[in-house]
Amino acid sequence: MPHRTFFWFIIPSLAAMILFIALPVISVITQSLHVEHEKVLISSENCGPFGCKQVTIVDVAATTQLRADQPLGQFSGFDNYTNRNHLAFDEVGLAWEGSENIGIFIKKLLNLPFYKALAFTLTYTFVVTPFVIVLGLAIALGVNALPKFAKGPTIFVSLLPMIVTPLIGSLILFWMIDGEGIIGASIQYLFNDPGLSLKASPALTWMMLIVYGIWHSAPFSFIVFYAGLQTVPADTLEAATIDGANRWQRIRYVVVPYMKPLVVFIMLMQLMDNFRVLEPIVSFASEASATSLSWIIYKDLTSDTQLFGSAAATSMLTIIGVAILLLPVLFRTWRDFSRTAH
Amino acid sequence: MTNPAQRRSTSLAIISTGFVVLWLMVAAGPFLWTLWGSFKVQGDFFSKADWTNALYGVRTMVETGDFFTTNGYYGAWVEHGFGESVINTTIVVVSTVIISLTLGTLGGYALARSGFKYSFWILMLALVFRAMPHITLVSGYLLPFFEWNIWGYLPTSIIVLVAINQPFTLWMLHSFFLNIPKDMDESAMVDGCTRFQAFWHVIIPVMWPGVITTGLFSFLLAYNDFAVTASLLSQDNQTMIPKIASFLGTTQVEGNVMFAVAAVVSAMIPLFILVMFFQRQIVSGLTAGAVKG
Repeated sequence: MPHRTFFWFIIPSLAAMILFIALPVISVITQSLHVEHEKVLISSENCGPFGCKQVTIVDVAATTQLRADQPLGQFSGFDNYTNRNHLAFDEVGLAWEGSENIGIFIKKLLNLPFYKALAFTLTYTFVVTPFVIVLGLAIALGVNALPKFAKGPTIFVSLLPMIVTPLIGSLILFWMIDGEGIIGASIQYLFNDPGLSLKASPALTWMMLIVYGIWHSAPFSFIVFYAGLQTVPADTLEAATIDGANRWQRIRYVVVPYMKPLVVFIMLMQLMDNFRVLEPIVSFASEASATSLSWIIYKDLTSDTQLFGSAAATSMLTIIGVAILLLPVLFRTWRDFSRTAH
Repeated sequence: MTNPAQRRSTSLAIISTGFVVLWLMVAAGPFLWTLWGSFKVQGDFFSKADWTNALYGVRTMVETGDFFTTNGYYGAWVEHGFGESVINTTIVVVSTVIISLTLGTLGGYALARSGFKYSFWILMLALVFRAMPHITLVSGYLLPFFEWNIWGYLPTSIIVLVAINQPFTLWMLHSFFLNIPKDMDESAMVDGCTRFQAFWHVIIPVMWPGVITTGLFSFLLAYNDFAVTASLLSQDNQTMIPKIASFLGTTQVEGNVMFAVAAVVSAMIPLFILVMFFQRQIVSGLTAGAVKG
């Protein structure tokens, strides 16, 4: 295909991506270096019979005018990145000096909004991803052993948690674990503690969010592994059986090696998707005990006074996080590609 | 006579089937529970006293005099105008799917047929774009959109969803096009077709399965989206998912959680129907990138 034809075929798609994915990143960078204008203040001396007083009032008209003229706000350098709501260098420094041991320091660190969100996002990503891979493989092996007529309906049901909108899926679980919902009430009954609430304790909230994440993503890895299992040659499995391999050994030494590239694929997708976790936090209304990076951006953008600069700074930090997360996988892909190309 | 190996495999089969059954209960249980509960009153669905109340609808009998009640649905659809958001969702989803597929088939075809190194780099770039959390992009859009006065309208959200969809669409269609032999379009071109005619008259007719599969995933992305539609649409133009999210605040206060439950069930049903009819395509789509790549 000549370059010219290639260009005309690809340009609509490429233009859409550049306009709405690449340029917004530039817009995010610009916004992150600016901060909203402060209110315009007028000071005047108010003199009365008992002497003069200095009065400061907000000039509403001028403030609105200034904000309308320069919607971006004023240039603030890296202030957005270093202030208390983001990397909080000053507060971290103080916490480091003021803490006797590492435990207290971490506790103080987790009170800062950005680190709190980062801690949950990373925990969620790195707990959900391996669980999803193992559970998905287990389900795939189980379903593969089912008689043929049962496979179709099983796959149908298994797909549901993944297909259903994350906001809806997490709401459904949230209603069930509510103190008065079926799971919440059963747990209270089991532990004989009517005050026990999954929502009140941070540890339990984290656990519930992670359980939701596994429930939501396990079908994806199940389907990928299940399709992979169909490609494992029957001859090899039979040869292994004749050589005396038991079921476990067949899985360990024949099936699992075939699944290796699939594990990399699932890991890549899961790392990307879990790192952006947002909906369950909105559904569970869990901001008191668990927030995520996406959630703090969402909150900055949808609050009454929209904090574009602050949201943009968190966005940049999130993008950097994604890049760090994916660099090893991308590097590997690139190496494989250049190896096959030569 | 059974030998030990066979006996062990029987017990293994029981364990493995039991595990699958357990998984099926975990996977489907919450949906069935909520579907059933949406026809009950709040006192039954959130029944602290006895969970079987939700099954038998004890309070529902007392409050409405009937075993089932559609009060939740009435509240959501009639009192809170859920129907409008359903129309908005339909507009957004259908337009997003059509535009994404048009752009994606053209681009995916070009990527599959060109042997140039830069097509690999475009695919890598698409992967990087795919990794961007949607909300970070939204924080880039909001300010310019406010300035240009295009915030809040459906077309804006549609274009944004199309763009966010492109990386995935390109990857998937690219791998489907790779499966179609090159000889087909080349022989058409030998016979005097231009590249576009070969693409349109020869390749697209055999590409329908791939296009439908990719379309399904575009549908799911647009339908399930929360980050983009919740922050880019005004109150009047809200689609279903942001509407449900805003229900949560208001209904919780009014004590009408069942409205939200009914809305959730209404939004979930189309997805069930979709999976029922297109299960095979969804499965093949999920694995398109993995098994072949």
